[in-house]
Amino acid sequence: MTVKEKNTPQAGSIFQPTIGKIVAAKMLTAKEKYFRVVLEGGKPLGQKPGQFVEISVFGAGEAPISICSSPTQEDSFEMCVRNVGSVTNLMHQMEAGATLGMRGPYGNGFDMEAMKGHDVLFVAGGLGLAPARGVIKYVLDKRRDYGDVTILYGARNPSELLFKEDLSEWEARPDCAFHITVDRPDDAWKGNKGVITTLFRHVKVDPSKTYAVIIGPPVMYKYAILEALSMGIPESRILCSLERRMKCGVGKCGHCQIGNVYVCKEGPVFSYAQIKRLREGI
Amino acid sequence: MLPKIIKKDDLRAFVEALLAENVVVAPTKKGIKYAFAEVDSFDEVALDYNITMLSPRKYFYPQNETVLKFKLGEKPSAEAVVESAPKIIFGMHPCDVAATWLLDVVFAEDPADPNYLSKRKKAVIIGMNCAKPCDEFSFCKDMKSYNATAGFDLMLTDLGDKYFVEVGTEAGEALLVAGAQASEASADDLKALQEWQNGKEKSFVNRIPYDTKFLPEILGASDDSLVWEAIARKCLSCGSCNTTCPTCYCFTVRDEVASNLVDGERKRIWDSCQLDEFAEVAGGENFRKARSARLRHRFNRKGKWLLERYGKSGCVGCGRCDRNCLVKISSVEVYTQLAGERAK
Ligand SMILES: Cc1cc2nc3c(=O)[nH]c(=O)nc-3n(C[C@H](O)[C@H](O)[C@H](O)COP(=O)(O)OP(=O)(O)OC[C@H]3O[C@@H](n4cnc5c(N)ncnc54)[C@H](O)[C@@H]3O)c2cc1C
Ligand code: SF4
Ligand code: SF4
Ligand code: FES
Repeated sequence: MTVKEKNTPQAGSIFQPTIGKIVAAKMLTAKEKYFRVVLEGGKPLGQKPGQFVEISVFGAGEAPISICSSPTQEDSFEMCVRNVGSVTNLMHQMEAGATLGMRGPYGNGFDMEAMKGHDVLFVAGGLGLAPARGVIKYVLDKRRDYGDVTILYGARNPSELLFKEDLSEWEARPDCAFHITVDRPDDAWKGNKGVITTLFRHVKVDPSKTYAVIIGPPVMYKYAILEALSMGIPESRILCSLERRMKCGVGKCGHCQIGNVYVCKEGPVFSYAQIKRLREGI
Repeated sequence: MLPKIIKKDDLRAFVEALLAENVVVAPTKKGIKYAFAEVDSFDEVALDYNITMLSPRKYFYPQNETVLKFKLGEKPSAEAVVESAPKIIFGMHPCDVAATWLLDVVFAEDPADPNYLSKRKKAVIIGMNCAKPCDEFSFCKDMKSYNATAGFDLMLTDLGDKYFVEVGTEAGEALLVAGAQASEASADDLKALQEWQNGKEKSFVNRIPYDTKFLPEILGASDDSLVWEAIARKCLSCGSCNTTCPTCYCFTVRDEVASNLVDGERKRIWDSCQLDEFAEVAGGENFRKARSARLRHRFNRKGKWLLERYGKSGCVGCGRCDRNCLVKISSVEVYTQLAGERAK
């Protein structure tokens, strides 16, 4: 009378990565590197704007990284990675032709359907431009589905500006308003100076039909949300993407927990209406 | 399924029959304490144990588990590892049964985790009911886990000269039919069980001075309580409370590379929310830098958040956290203080 094998679970391991190949890599700044990755068999990642992947560098571990390209680009996906530790350091040593592991896409992403027909105000600070870029590119690719598009971007100093080609394109495009600022300008800088919230005075929005998309370092959220609220945008249409430590990306390891939510699963995108109920949220 | 009776003297034969063909894990004596371990004979089983250091969660969710094997090199490759083997877990107390039930729900939530579930699904749980609390640290009555209602295959209650056997699943019934001289429970047996239960109700006392159904509400109103800072003065952030807790499931993930620099394994390893770096992200930001914030996090998980999320309490009142805390931080006292009353 041995124990009978009961039903074994259907799905595969939550830890199984897919192999991807880096087809383009270049330094964007001294600390951030850009990668374009094609998955095995060329299959599309099929992400929603605002989702992330868990990148594996075998031997070093995994790191959650935002997808900074739009799903309208199907043949590959892109990332912008800051060198801060073991996994990201090894990624920085990788060039086109190298392979890495990938799990995902994970997270809820932005509800692009709900945002249709609305004006969108993007507020991106620092590395927050990486996830924001995927959403911006999506909106600009589906330009007719959305109303007025305004992009605010702030960096610490001119040498830290990411995706300069995209910035010039957005600057030049007649169908979107673009404002940029740096905290600490150098001698060559002619534009705005000061933290990102100083850009809000250049912006007029119709709060009755605007979504604010806010992504930046933790310190930025409170101030940027305050600006959006004082413009009259309702809490439920102020959307933020939160960063937390993440070890699994699928709601098991507990690292990303705030209250009874897992940021990797129910987030990383939350409206301010949700965030205000989450202690330690911002 | 109908309850059964095994005569006291027949338990040895039943366990030996189980041992003949299965891996059996049971409480064993380890020095002055107890631990679940694989046993080879009935005599190794400490039937009258009070509580084990660790719960049997380690059999479904090992402290250090290989989840991926990979090869480094020009063309790296990786294959997930999902290992499981049939096991009988004998002698689990109701609190650990309840804790396992919570873990079942957690790991089954989409996406399901086959590393846990495959081990769990191949395990048969034969529980052993408790007549009295383990010791002064138990607060399972407060947490309503001192009686097992489900989550077991068989549950044995010691009625003196016989065991009353509740049958939870067909797998449990099959083991009983094949390995034990079990008879149908009679009306008298049911009465004897009821009497036993009445005695049990008396020997278990409530230690928290309110119904814990109010615990989520009390915790919800206590975010800014100075109680968190008061206990933070003592807490060492050692994480023993997490390591010994039967419902803790947080983990970290680590890669290890063999000395040939080609083969490697990815491990998932129990982690602790009481450690400083648990919620730290790149750039040095730490969302729970203060020890008081980490304690608040742990108690809210145990008393509020997991219940809200999974419909099952994150604490079963086994008392292991309190028992193993070097500085004597007490869950019962914390829950009592937060409600504005001193612990009884
Ligand atoms: C949803 C999400 C999206 C992200 N998107 C990007 C992105 O697009 N580009 C980018 O460069 N970075 C991004 N990050 C941050 C990135 O995940 C961390 O920088 C990375 O995990 C650090 O790994 P490491 O091995 O290089 O560093 P480690 O050597 O592990 O540690 C360096 C520092 O990173 C912190 N850290 C370690 N593990 C994590 C983790 N799992 N999550 C967060 N912080 C961690 C540590 O506390 C330490 O301060 C994102 C994080 C999240 C949660
Ligand atoms: S066991 Fe006690 S001292 Fe250690 S982390 Fe837990 S509460 Fe703090
Ligand atoms: S929190 Fe403490 S009493 Fe509750 S289940 Fe965990 S170890 Fe047991
Ligand atoms: S990253 Fe593991 S639970 Fe969210």
